Amino acid sequence: MRNKVAYLGVFLALALVCSYVESLIPFCFGIPGVKLGLTNLVVVFLLYCAGTREALAVQTARIVLAGFLFGNLFSILYSLAGGLLSFLVMWLVRRAGRFGVLPVSVCGGLAHNVGQILVAMFVVESYQLIYYLPVLLVAGAVTGLLIGAAAQEMILRLGGRLR
Amino acid sequence: MQGILLHGEDREVTGRRVQKNDVIFLSVLFLLVLAAAGFFFLLPRQAGARVEVTVNGEVYGIYELDTEQEIPIVSEGRTTNLLVISQGRADMTEADCPDKLCVHQRAISKNNETIVCLPNRVVVRVTGSEESGLDSVAK
Repeated sequence: MRNKVAYLGVFLALALVCSYVESLIPFCFGIPGVKLGLTNLVVVFLLYCAGTREALAVQTARIVLAGFLFGNLFSILYSLAGGLLSFLVMWLVRRAGRFGVLPVSVCGGLAHNVGQILVAMFVVESYQLIYYLPVLLVAGAVTGLLIGAAAQEMILRLGGRLR
Repeated sequence: MQGILLHGEDREVTGRRVQKNDVIFLSVLFLLVLAAAGFFFLLPRQAGARVEVTVNGEVYGIYELDTEQEIPIVSEGRTTNLLVISQGRADMTEADCPDKLCVHQRAISKNNETIVCLPNRVVVRVTGSEESGLDSVAK
C-alpha cells in the first residue's frame, strides 16, 4: 500500500465519524453498554485488508480521540478495555486460520462487552454487575454478527483497491 | 500487501462467504450465549423489598421500596445523583455526569437488578427481604 499513513488517517477519520453517528442514535434498551459498534466495521476491515499493526493503531487512536471528543476520561478507560480485549480476541480467532469474518466479528463483539463489564466491576467495586453479563453477551453476539456481515461485504468489494 | 484472505492465513477467498467451520462455530457460540440468557431470564425473580446504595464500594444507605421517597446521593461535598423511589420501583432521575447512562436506565424493582453510575461510582441494587437466589449460592 502506498501512502500508508495517509490511508490510515482516512480510515481513522471514518472510524471517528462512525463513533459520532453512533452517539447520535438513541440505541437504548434500558441497559447501559448495549450499542451497535459501528466503528468495529472499520477495524475488522483494516484487520483483513491492511494488517494487524495498522488495525491496532487505528483502533487505539480512535478510542482515545473519540473519548476526548464525545466522552470523558471514564468512557476512554471503559472503551479501551473493551476495544483492546476485543481486538486481541479477533486477532487470535483470525490467526487460528479456520474461521471467516463472521466468527471473528462475533467473538470481537462478545469480548468487547466482557471487557467493559470487567472494568465496570473493578471501578465501582461491585461484583453484582456480572448479573448483566448474559444480556450483554446476547447483544454483543447479535451486533457482532451484523457488523461482521457488513465488514465481509466491504472486504470483498473494496479490499482489493487498498493495494 | 498480500492478497485478501477471508479465511485466516491459509485459505484464499473462494467466493463463498460462510464456510462449514463458521456455521458450526457460530451455532455452538450462539447456543451457549442463549443458554446463558435463558438462565438469566428464567431465574425466578422475586420483587425486592429494599434498595442498597453503595458509593465507592461502601454502603451509603438502605431504603425501603414501599415508601415513596427521594434520595439525593451526596459524595465529596456535591450532590451527584438523585434516586427516586415511587410505586415500589427505584429510578435514577438526575446525575451530574455528562453521559447520563444511569438516568436512561429503566426503573428497577426485582431482586438483584442494578443501576450503576460509573463516573460517580454509585451502585443501586435491589435486595430481598431475606437473602435469596444468587446470594445464598455465592455464599
